[in-house]
Amino acid sequence: MQSTTRLQINTRKNNTIRFAQNSGRGRRHKGEKLIEIVLLLCAALFILVIFLITIFIFAKGLPLLIKIGPGNFLFETEWSPTRGVFGIGSMFMGSIMITLGSMLWAVPLGLSTAVFMAEIAPARIGQVLGNLINLLAGIPSVVYGFIGLIVVVPFIRDYFGGNGLSLLAGIIILGIMILPTIINVSRDSILAVPNEYKEGSLAMGATHYQTIARVIVPAARSGIITAIVLGMGRAIGETMAVVMVTGNSAIIPGSVLEPVRTMTSNIVLEMGYASGDHQTALFATGMVLFIFIVCLNLMINLMARGGINSGRS
Amino acid sequence: MGAAKMKDKLIYALFWLSGLIIVAILLSIVGYVLIKGFSVISLDFLLQSPRKAGAEGGIFTTVIGTLYLTLLALLMAVPIGTGAAIYLQEYASDQSRFARMVNLTAETLAGIPSIIFGLFGFVFLVILLNLGWSILSGGITLAIMILPTITRTAQEAILTVPVEYRENSLALGASKWQTTQKVILPFALPGIITGVILSIGRAIGETAALILTAGSSLGMPLSVFDPTRTMSVHLYLLAMEGISLERAFGTAFLVIVLIVIINFLANLSMRRFSQAMH
Repeated sequence: MQSTTRLQINTRKNNTIRFAQNSGRGRRHKGEKLIEIVLLLCAALFILVIFLITIFIFAKGLPLLIKIGPGNFLFETEWSPTRGVFGIGSMFMGSIMITLGSMLWAVPLGLSTAVFMAEIAPARIGQVLGNLINLLAGIPSVVYGFIGLIVVVPFIRDYFGGNGLSLLAGIIILGIMILPTIINVSRDSILAVPNEYKEGSLAMGATHYQTIARVIVPAARSGIITAIVLGMGRAIGETMAVVMVTGNSAIIPGSVLEPVRTMTSNIVLEMGYASGDHQTALFATGMVLFIFIVCLNLMINLMARGGINSGRS
Repeated sequence: MGAAKMKDKLIYALFWLSGLIIVAILLSIVGYVLIKGFSVISLDFLLQSPRKAGAEGGIFTTVIGTLYLTLLALLMAVPIGTGAAIYLQEYASDQSRFARMVNLTAETLAGIPSIIFGLFGFVFLVILLNLGWSILSGGITLAIMILPTITRTAQEAILTVPVEYRENSLALGASKWQTTQKVILPFALPGIITGVILSIGRAIGETAALILTAGSSLGMPLSVFDPTRTMSVHLYLLAMEGISLERAFGTAFLVIVLIVIINFLANLSMRRFSQAMH
């Protein structure tokens, strides 16, 4: 419903623009043109920035990646900068494990909260919850890391064993951090499901829950998938909170109670003192992360174009 | 039918529970930091410079550093981001390749993790442009990071300006830029301010990118070429290096309070904005 009004605004806007262009000729023409160019440059800056970021990360990281081979770099599990051995296999696995682990609990909880807010909660409660979730989204990652270090890590140490700095601590903290993304995006897509779908299902005698499970959620599917992928992107790129609670040993953990190091942690921990090949290897780590994130983004974009109801448009 | 209704009730309870869990998580995090941090906060803590790497004294220089960086980033990002939004909404056609490309890059930019911005700022600003670890390097990096937020909220705000306003202004003989300046921007201002408030929140919390670009010096920054340490970076180092747990709580307290205030303001300006539309 909202998108049709937007469409209307857009077509009407274009008519106005044409009108404006016709009336814009005259003595003010030069000044107007200059302003338009300045505004164009502002917009073009976005493209320039993404271009520069790509160029610089690749220019710094690619040489080393080629020198030791992408396969060796990605899958070699030994990382000993002092001996010149650079393999991010354990970190790559670490990032994957911590991301999947956090999604394992944050996705179900996030989705059911989204359904709750969109379909079940009274309007007032839904609104308050929405505000609280925005606050959750606004808390900086370093505060989450701090809470993890002070509360979650000792808890794990006392009740589950190990020294607490672990994959599990990372999974708990990271899950909390991706909840707002998952909830907000999937709630929007659930709200965007046309009311007729719901009414039709209820009219046919389905209960409210049956309607939610068989009609509303399937109709909002592509938006929900977008929410999950966005949450995944957030999890894989998260740095500070993960550094603070996971112990950061560059080994593949044997259990959730063992420490782990992610690709992002690797960069922030060692960038301060790295030089030469070591520094280049950190940029190559960033490059792998960058490629990962851009692929996720493109996936979302393709889905948004393919799906009818993406929840974003 | 009766059994199905019963099942519905049970499942409803589970949905309510998930909402409650979210509230509990949020309240315990915020509550814990506020309770533990409150006793640390004093005027001395806020207004004294840190001594012995932060183990003694206050956090004054980090407050100033955060303020400097945030202001500098806003100074760059607000005009550019709003300008880009005006161009996309008022000048470019939605179907144009360029507009689609800018929208796509803005979205991509919004999804890039801060550590990548940090790496970029480090190699491009700190090393190549030789700005060193400085407020300028950090500010530019931060500006790039908040650009997508500012542009997106401004775009949405401009989108809500009724077409009649434009038509009337143009019909009165105003030029396109005059219309933008005198009609569209004032109307869209609350929406734009919401974006700015959200960006301030992001700036206060940013850590990973700033460690790599602004450094972590505890000295009082005087010029934009000086390195600095923000409150969030300070919190990270205090906690990670076990310098002072007490002061870490105090810093976290201040960060959380600021975030709560910013969130409240953002809500307020958003509500104002939607009221103004009716």
